[in-house]
Amino acid sequence: MTETATTGTPADAEKSRRDFLLVTTSTVGVVGTALAAWPFIDSMNPAADVRALSSTDVDITPIEVGQAITVVWRGKPVFIRHRTSKEIDESAAMALEDLPDPETDADRVKKPEWLILVGICTHLGCIPLGQRKGEPKGEYGGWFCPCHGSHYDTSGRIRRGPAPKNLTVPTYAFIEDTTVRVG
Amino acid sequence: MTTPTWTNPIIKWIDYRLPIFTFTQHHLVEYPTPKNLNYWWNFGSLAGVVLVIMIATGIFLSMSYTPHVDYAFDSVERIMRDVNYGWLLRYLHMNGGSMFFIAVYIHVFRGLYYGSYKAPREILWIIGVIILFAMMATAFTGYVLPWGQMSFWAATVITNMFTAVPLVGEAIVNWLWGGFAVGNPTLNRFFSFHYLLPFIIFALVFVHLWALHVHKSNNPVGVDMKGPQDTIPFHPYYTIKDAYGMGVLMLVYLAFVFFAPNFFLEPDNYIEANPLQTPPHIVPEWYLMPFYAILRAFTQEFLWIPAKVLGVIAMFASVGILALLPWLDTSKVRSARFRPIYKQVFWLFFVDCLVLGYVGANPPEGYLILLGQVATAYYFLHFLVVMPVLGIMEKTRPVPDSISAAVTPGGTSGKEDT
Repeated sequence: MTETATTGTPADAEKSRRDFLLVTTSTVGVVGTALAAWPFIDSMNPAADVRALSSTDVDITPIEVGQAITVVWRGKPVFIRHRTSKEIDESAAMALEDLPDPETDADRVKKPEWLILVGICTHLGCIPLGQRKGEPKGEYGGWFCPCHGSHYDTSGRIRRGPAPKNLTVPTYAFIEDTTVRVG
Repeated sequence: MTTPTWTNPIIKWIDYRLPIFTFTQHHLVEYPTPKNLNYWWNFGSLAGVVLVIMIATGIFLSMSYTPHVDYAFDSVERIMRDVNYGWLLRYLHMNGGSMFFIAVYIHVFRGLYYGSYKAPREILWIIGVIILFAMMATAFTGYVLPWGQMSFWAATVITNMFTAVPLVGEAIVNWLWGGFAVGNPTLNRFFSFHYLLPFIIFALVFVHLWALHVHKSNNPVGVDMKGPQDTIPFHPYYTIKDAYGMGVLMLVYLAFVFFAPNFFLEPDNYIEANPLQTPPHIVPEWYLMPFYAILRAFTQEFLWIPAKVLGVIAMFASVGILALLPWLDTSKVRSARFRPIYKQVFWLFFVDCLVLGYVGANPPEGYLILLGQVATAYYFLHFLVVMPVLGIMEKTRPVPDSISAAVTPGGTSGKEDT
């Protein structure tokens, strides 16, 4: 409180001391309240048991070429597609400048024949169609979201419609040749 | 207003310590009210009545409802079939939501027509806008609770809007969900919020009335009350008028409850939520459709802001902009009665809202995309351009000196008191 020594009258000094105390006390009070709010806010984040369910092992042997299955990982659908060589070639040949969210097919797969994606439209979270036989696959042979009309290609990349991004590739690893661990 | 003298000794004893009787006398009995209010002024109190019905039915419904993803849908069906009068409570609650929005939307358009938002009632109006936001949040969380297909996918689509937030969007959504997708934690907290918010609305309604009772009601001519000759006591004149309005409301409300209880509901909500299958056409409840249309109107990015972000901002802004209306409307005259052009612009805006509602109800295909974009553009033009410019340009008709002068033929203020 050196500055009080340089101010004029004792009344002024008293006033600035009071102001200082008021400001510091209020600041500590506000910061303290804000900090105390954190446990309440954080209690709404995913709990330990929810986080613990973070990986799913999938046996991929029964999936024939051209077939796809949907598994559940963290409550979300995950698409696992055994791509045909035609689909692989088409995806790889695609020019990046023609894509709304440019990404090479090689960056989106670990093994070209297995395409693994989170099956949630990046627009507003609907599940795109195209997994089952007879469902529309959209104009680019991948998936079609019926909610707002987004078309995805055989690499799960957005090609047309309101979705801003490609279908997300989850973290996954081939723990054996026939088993994938998602998450 | 004079302080009443109470003769009953018990009332006198209580009132000296807690002046509830004096308060009631001032605010509900002799409370001076413009003598020319028309039936459009019923809808505030009607909304209040519906709020009370919603809270009452909601409390009893919660006693039989289970907020768990495995039991929620079945517990609602059990309410419908096994709980005594459960069907009545649920249908009253379900249709009450629609009645609440009907009453409140009429109340808002009443305010728009007669300029009730203008000085000195800006804060009163802004509290109303906050109440409208709180109502929408309550309605949305409530819609999720039966855990049908529409419940689940409405929750998914609406919460996914927050992924539009740059950088922390994903973290926010996981926080809202309490997981990595809409699931049991989400349902639990939505139930908690759905129970909490109506009491917050109730408190806000009190503040709304507090602000109302400072400068008192606006009226159809939009001129301030200038003295006792312009007013009548609230009781019995407006208590009886409100009671009559309530009778009419109950006729309409109960007609839906008993004869068309599912009129406002999407049939898909009687299919239990399935996180792996999206219904072909997701629609919100009718009262949110205009805002849903505004959300979807943005299909192109603009200034590097993605379309999704623009849509979300515009949707929230479409309600929030009402709070700025007291300053966007530059006209000195309150009531549309004396604003010949605004009177037409008002109806144009009303039709625009209906068009947005129609677009929001249908899949975004063909001409509807363009129609939704035009209607959205006009919605914002109305507030940002038409209201400020019209207030300056418009030649208004002469405004009467007082309420009495306007409503008593050939009379001037104060004459009829003699």
